[in-house]
Amino acid sequence: MEDSCTLPASAVACIAERQDSILTAGKTRARIHCADDSLAGSVSQRACVFCGARVVLNPVTDAVHLVHGPIGCATYTMDIRGSLSSGSELYRNSFSTDMKEKDVIFGGEKKLTACIDEVVGKYHPPAVFVYATCVSGMIGDDIIAVCKQASIRHGIDVIPVESSGFISGNKVVGYRAAAEALLRLIRPKEGETIEKTQKINFLGEYNLGGEKWLVERYLKEMGIEINVAFTGDSNVAALKRAPSACLNLVQCTGSMHWVAVSLEQSFGTPYMDVNFFGPENTAESLRKIAAFCADESISQRAEILIAREMGRIRPMLEKYRSKLREKRAAIYVGGAYKAIAIIRQLRGLGMEIVLSGTQTGKQDEYESMSRLLSEGTIIIDDANPAELEKFLIEKKVDVMVGGVKERVLAYKLGIGFVDHNHDRKDGLAGFDGAVRFAREVYVTTCSPVWQHIRTPAYEDVHS
Amino acid sequence: MTGTQVGQVSADLPRSRQVSENQCHMCMPIGAVAVFKGIENAMVLVHGSQGCSTYMRLANVEHYNEPVDIASSSLNEKQAIYGGEANLRKAMDNVIRVYQPVVLGILTTCLSETMGEDLERIVSSYVQENGITHISIIPINTPSYSGSQSEGFWAATRGVIAYCARPTLPHQRINVIVPHISPADIREIKRILDYAGLSYTLIPDYSMTLDRPYEGRYLKIAPGGTSVNEIAEMPGSPVTIQFGSTCPNSLSPGLFLKEKFGVPLINLPLPIGLKNTDLFVEAITKISGQPVPDALTLERGWLLDGMADSHKFNAEGRPVIYGEPELVYAFATLCAENGAAPVVIASGTTNSLIATCLAPLIETADEPPVILEGADIAAIEEAALKTGSNIAIGHSGGKSLTERHDIPLVRIGFPIHDRTGGQRILSAGYRGTLAFLDRFTNTLLETKYATYRQKIKEEYCNTEGI
Repeated sequence: MEDSCTLPASAVACIAERQDSILTAGKTRARIHCADDSLAGSVSQRACVFCGARVVLNPVTDAVHLVHGPIGCATYTMDIRGSLSSGSELYRNSFSTDMKEKDVIFGGEKKLTACIDEVVGKYHPPAVFVYATCVSGMIGDDIIAVCKQASIRHGIDVIPVESSGFISGNKVVGYRAAAEALLRLIRPKEGETIEKTQKINFLGEYNLGGEKWLVERYLKEMGIEINVAFTGDSNVAALKRAPSACLNLVQCTGSMHWVAVSLEQSFGTPYMDVNFFGPENTAESLRKIAAFCADESISQRAEILIAREMGRIRPMLEKYRSKLREKRAAIYVGGAYKAIAIIRQLRGLGMEIVLSGTQTGKQDEYESMSRLLSEGTIIIDDANPAELEKFLIEKKVDVMVGGVKERVLAYKLGIGFVDHNHDRKDGLAGFDGAVRFAREVYVTTCSPVWQHIRTPAYEDVHS
Repeated sequence: MTGTQVGQVSADLPRSRQVSENQCHMCMPIGAVAVFKGIENAMVLVHGSQGCSTYMRLANVEHYNEPVDIASSSLNEKQAIYGGEANLRKAMDNVIRVYQPVVLGILTTCLSETMGEDLERIVSSYVQENGITHISIIPINTPSYSGSQSEGFWAATRGVIAYCARPTLPHQRINVIVPHISPADIREIKRILDYAGLSYTLIPDYSMTLDRPYEGRYLKIAPGGTSVNEIAEMPGSPVTIQFGSTCPNSLSPGLFLKEKFGVPLINLPLPIGLKNTDLFVEAITKISGQPVPDALTLERGWLLDGMADSHKFNAEGRPVIYGEPELVYAFATLCAENGAAPVVIASGTTNSLIATCLAPLIETADEPPVILEGADIAAIEEAALKTGSNIAIGHSGGKSLTERHDIPLVRIGFPIHDRTGGQRILSAGYRGTLAFLDRFTNTLLETKYATYRQKIKEEYCNTEGI
């Protein structure tokens, strides 16, 4: 923080208590207020613990995902992610215990038991994740006991996920609940030992638009095999083999850092942070992995791959770069790891970042972020629409990168928009993803519709 | 219980299940949110976890393609145990400061209901202590374990009217109460009322707030919506037209106005379909005392012409219709009058009068449809397969009908999150009915033209003979 610190925004936040969560990159020291509960009534863009747990676990393809609560929580997360599967499609179903008034009054454990039995009888899954919600948590349903009994009865893993929404408005807490469920799933039976292999795990990778598959191809070319990803295109049997890996790659650190640390403690598996968003990040990550393997031939193959792919995509990126140079971009995404990767990518396209924020960033992450940003850039934690609108206009933004709720806001202001959320359908990772990302930034920033939209109608008729 | 059957039931249709597998309905507060978006200068605040408001915003944003701001009291663990009053008060402070609403709807959630929060008391003491006179803060109870978005919608409409209505001198504005339909449908209903030369108070009117022309700005509260003053005067109206044939009496806003203030109630099905629209036009011409406007006669004629042109194609349709009861009833009758007899009619809720409404249709049908109440998508899929359905009408939740079973889906209702323009889907009035009918017929034709050569070839040119 010493050399690239931040000072309070000159711009006044709409709500005084939000002042310390908005900073301007500059020279004086200030710490951003972050990683706290959302301010009531501020119209935060955040979600809840349940949401965090659900998005992390949902890509486990052959598991049943059963939401224990009234209907809403399941409805809103039905087939919510763009994660692809090479096998089972069971994960795309949304199961709910659909609690009614009498379940709330008399307890929902009986209904939960019946629902588990029904769903196991129909689909014979190797595992069931049972998600707690606000109501089941509030009335004190003992889902741990219900899951334990069901597990014994059916001879499969029935795993409680402690994701009552009210625990926190911060998805990160839900990531932790999901992580604990995953660790419970992969814990070897007593006396069972799992042999180490040369394969590696890929944590925090959700196979959106086939991103896991793309990275898997790179690694395969280098001579490295992925054991299992957490959790993109994973299945229960593969997850149980997770302890056999010799290395854990951690991509989405927000959701998986804690898992990596736990795996290191339990199984002695080292971990390393990687990032496959953007060509430089991808190349850097491949080199790091090769270096870990300490095998000259792997490093050589990595260099050949990087040179070939970089050579292939450079002219394509250059084309977009020439169109995007000096355009002004805003970023508002879930986690800081993603924001930082996007900052690098947009910079690589010659663009200027004028606003960067996250829903769940932590102090040290904001510090690394501010080091990447030039003076005057707005840094914001847990923003709301009023604040985003204010800065999008003030900073004359040409394009914004964010999630669904930010998209309509940008369009209303006549600003381009790039979807970087968990339900996107197109892969943005790796070398191919970098081209796709650049193309998306280009088509939206430089779309002809903005010219029409900004030009007054019928000007010629009257002049 | 998932998929309770109340109509004709063939032997082995889905049994009652406990588990809900892919949901057909949404939660109660999201219906109430739509209502407050249709009140002038209104903002809405959800008393519960942060996630509830964010999920509801997402669903609305994806459907309407408009910013839909919903505030939250952002309850967390401490408040869940010790009470959420302080958070709710702070949330009201902040929402009032930033949004400056004239109306503030406060909705409960499963969480705040389970906590036993006394919304009425909290709000009234907040109003009193802060000396609030210029803002109507209206609490509505919307626990999702008691109902779906349809009930939430009716409860909020009724709640807003009950809060605002005052004994008023008689006037000429009629009351028009609409269910959860698209902004385009609301605009069409208003156009027909305008044609008939009637003045009216339509509630909730989100036709301009949830579907705005481009203006280069984001408006914290979009202009449009039913004004509080007009709502206050609803008791002085000569009559209420309510499109709520399936609305249970306990939630009926029109019945409230009738019982409390003696406003006569004409409870009609949605004007979707020929007969249903006729009922509406008949009602308004009776009220206005004027003949049917020429423009509407023309539109009716075009619809009849279209019905004749398409009737044989439509006869091949075996539709499965699902969603909110009021829409489901209207589309079921529309299909029936065009010779595309519905084979499955389903709704996610159990609290509606849909079964009673459908009784005449079931009696006269050659092949009585399967009727499912409290249905989930799994039960609907199963019934669709059993009955040999070849086309579906409903919201995006049923996309699996197409993905898994090649049953094409004509999208109507809420939510539409996998196609653009949910807010613009027009099905009301003669014009809307014809627009829908063309979509429906062309969907059948698209399948037919894509498959008939191959199908016939397979049937006759196989080696096994006939």
